[in-house]
Amino acid sequence: MKIVVIGNGMVGHKFCEKIVDKSGSSAIQLVVFGEEPVQAYDRVHLSAYFSGKTGEELSLAPLDWYRGQNITLHLGDPVQHIDREQKTVHSHRGLTESYDYLIFATGSAAFVPPIPGTDKKGVFLYRTLEDLALMTAYAPQATCGAVIGGGLLGLEAAKALMDLGIPETHVIEFAPRLMPRQIDDKGSDILQTRLQRMGLQVHTSKSTQSILGANAITGLSFADGSTLPADMLVISAGIAPRDELAKQCGLQTGPRGGIVVNGQLQTSDPHIFAIGECALYNGMIYGLVAPGYEMAEVVASRLTAAAEPAKAFTGFDMSTKLKLIGVDVASFGNPFTTPDEGDSIVLEDATKGIYKRINVSKDGQLLLGGILIGDASAYNLLLQTCKNKLALPAEPADLLLGGRSAQPANMELPDDAVICSCENISKAAICKAVEGGHETFDAVKKCTKAATCCGGCAPMVKDIITATMKAQGKYIRNVVCEHFNYSRQELLDLVKVKSLRSFDEVLDHYGHGDGCEICKPVVSSILASLWNDMILAKGNDTAQDSNDRYLANIQKGGTYSIVPRIPGGEITPEKLIVIGQIAAQYHLYTKITGGQRIDLFGAHLSDLPDIWEALINAGFESGHAYGKALRTVKSCVGSTWCRFGLHDSVSFAIQIEERYRGLRAPHKIKSAVSGCIRECAEAQSKDFGIIATEKGWNLYVGGNGGSKPQHAKLLAADLDSATCIRYIDRFLMFYIKTADPLTRTATWLNKLEGGMDYLRNVVVNDSLGIAAELEKEMQQLVDAYKCEWREVVENPELRKRFSHFVNAPEEKDPTVKFETMRAQKRAAEWK
Amino acid sequence: MSAITTTDITWFFACKTTDVPPNGGVCVKYKDEQIALFHFTRTNRWYATQNLCPHRRQMALSRGLTGTQQGEPKVACPFHKKTFSLADGRCLNDEHECSLTTYPVRLEDDRVYIGVSNAY
Repeated sequence: MKIVVIGNGMVGHKFCEKIVDKSGSSAIQLVVFGEEPVQAYDRVHLSAYFSGKTGEELSLAPLDWYRGQNITLHLGDPVQHIDREQKTVHSHRGLTESYDYLIFATGSAAFVPPIPGTDKKGVFLYRTLEDLALMTAYAPQATCGAVIGGGLLGLEAAKALMDLGIPETHVIEFAPRLMPRQIDDKGSDILQTRLQRMGLQVHTSKSTQSILGANAITGLSFADGSTLPADMLVISAGIAPRDELAKQCGLQTGPRGGIVVNGQLQTSDPHIFAIGECALYNGMIYGLVAPGYEMAEVVASRLTAAAEPAKAFTGFDMSTKLKLIGVDVASFGNPFTTPDEGDSIVLEDATKGIYKRINVSKDGQLLLGGILIGDASAYNLLLQTCKNKLALPAEPADLLLGGRSAQPANMELPDDAVICSCENISKAAICKAVEGGHETFDAVKKCTKAATCCGGCAPMVKDIITATMKAQGKYIRNVVCEHFNYSRQELLDLVKVKSLRSFDEVLDHYGHGDGCEICKPVVSSILASLWNDMILAKGNDTAQDSNDRYLANIQKGGTYSIVPRIPGGEITPEKLIVIGQIAAQYHLYTKITGGQRIDLFGAHLSDLPDIWEALINAGFESGHAYGKALRTVKSCVGSTWCRFGLHDSVSFAIQIEERYRGLRAPHKIKSAVSGCIRECAEAQSKDFGIIATEKGWNLYVGGNGGSKPQHAKLLAADLDSATCIRYIDRFLMFYIKTADPLTRTATWLNKLEGGMDYLRNVVVNDSLGIAAELEKEMQQLVDAYKCEWREVVENPELRKRFSHFVNAPEEKDPTVKFETMRAQKRAAEWK
Repeated sequence: MSAITTTDITWFFACKTTDVPPNGGVCVKYKDEQIALFHFTRTNRWYATQNLCPHRRQMALSRGLTGTQQGEPKVACPFHKKTFSLADGRCLNDEHECSLTTYPVRLEDDRVYIGVSNAY
């Protein structure tokens, strides 16, 4: 079978995709003629061209795709004649192709109203990439732009003029309001006010009479006698279906244009179909991309016999949501019900520029339609409620007030609810993709094609991904867990404002249920980062992650390891001997760590307080190896011994380690100081690293070792010691306050919008004006530091908790087993 | 060790209520067995399970973080964060994992008793 497609716009391209999808490699031969010199591109997001997207980026598929699918694509070669008897088409360049079926996907052209002067220089249409290129070339000389047409496309065109940097932009609308097909008068008022605030001048009820100027446009004159000076004009007053070829070959067309089709999208010739904006179904042209895609689907499934029974086009919901010059505008269902059809609930907030209207059936049961201006966050919920005829809540007005309680209950939607109406993707298809392992928005987009077109359903798709993953018990990044409907950052701010000091208080105020192994450590970390109280204080101990709860690292077999702090890795022989003696006394395995400390393994839980008592008596303190906290500040030997050393890196490392010891954070923090550029301390692999220079210190941040090594980046150069510490204060505090749980500085920085430049602005240039506050907060934490092991050792109540059996505290866990290896003990292998 | 024997369950005295940290667990020795005992202070509910985590056979559950999942009480093993229902002992995040043995708990004033089966 051979199909010829006339037109390679969005709908024509979609038709090709659908045929390929449905027929596989079976014997359908596709030949496409396109008038434009480039292959199909995303006309819906045309204005993105002015904010920097290239034509190539807008393209829907590379030329290779057509080749790969064996589709013959003739670009820049419009069809000029059709012989329906012979079933052949003849192109501008003289090609002749025969067809079994012919598809009109010729789309529409900009409608140009009959105003004298539209041929003047400086007058443009807003339709194709070529139009945009012409506008871009002309714009630098323009000082005052105007757009005829205050509909959806007209406002897009006005945005384009603003993006092109034209100092003054006007929109002229013939009707008494903007977007007359989508929104009502009040909505238009609010939209107009918001647009004017953005610098766009809006004139409604204005009928343009002529375009002034000799060769080039100099202004517009209106029916009411007024004029407007303008040196650039874009006409965007609607669309006219491209039906000239259809007329020429004798197909039936509508009195005001459009190729007449039936529910199968068949024209008056059964071998010829028309889809998209050139098709006239039931007296209506569907000027959106989603119904065009649906038409492509209907014809493609018919020609490939993919659907039984055959699908039919039965009209299409024209609901739409978009962002116009930064303002949300949405309209769905029937936006303009009359008082006989239903009652309207209206929310108008002129101060915020928000207007919302919902139309409710007379019996209060169903949502008929509505309008949203300024805040369309509820669009998907409302659209789905409307389309699926879901029962309204007792107080339908709640739907307008937003807030957490009115968040879309997406999982309550039926499985067959259409989420992405452009691509006709159901909720079930999205859930299935997530369950199949596509767990990010991008992965789901790729797999299902949902949200790839207008993007209006993106928030809903994200919600469904999150909800589906939650249903599978997976960890969701944004919200802490099922007990706290907040991100870590939100929770930290709330806990700080309310001065909450315990997990229970935080749960009482902001959570529900009993908490879990996810939120307990998160809240405990927040409390520690804000107040630096003793983490084992009554009631908070059981909210600590299990290593924090026993101030030690649990190891294979159920014993613990102990890491005393050895700041900068500097230790006296006497202290080394003490560690050796204690290790021998309690029969502990000893190993030097990567952070220039000594780890003692194999301690029974009940021995921990005694071991620490001995360590503390010898002048040691906790190394916090068990916490999401500052671990170690490694150093090279520096200028006191090294013949290359520029500064005393050991002294600086000790100063830094003692300043930040015990500091708890979303994840562990490691640091190092190198005395010269040879970098023996490997400072660039640390969360923050310092390297001596001739003039001072270079400060690097966001480095990481581990499974995903990453070099730290230079934050500031040639700092004196005091400034270096102030910058570290700010950096660490900013990280602590904004990072998600269990996110190292490297990952945090990688995800930080604006990246290193932004961070440098915050830390060095104080762009947020919070530097003094960050330093103050850090100083409070530094001042509040106490060695938590000393507190345990000195407190009999706390000591009591370090026993294995509650009813036999003197007994050790009899199941603990060791083996011997290289003259030390080791844990028995997993059983 | 004092014990009360009913027809098929022996209730043995585990500890005082105040010996168990609020919203936490302790390990109770019963003959040669180890039983994890948990107190959910917010709802004043008590649960007891085997102390052994079946995943890597570690005596650790009493030291795990407790909480709820959709209202169901659970404990997370400190080793690899396997979570188990305290209501019926099944593993909540790995369907192939073995379930825990659970034990009934009874209070008499400030005394906590755990019930073990006589057949056991």
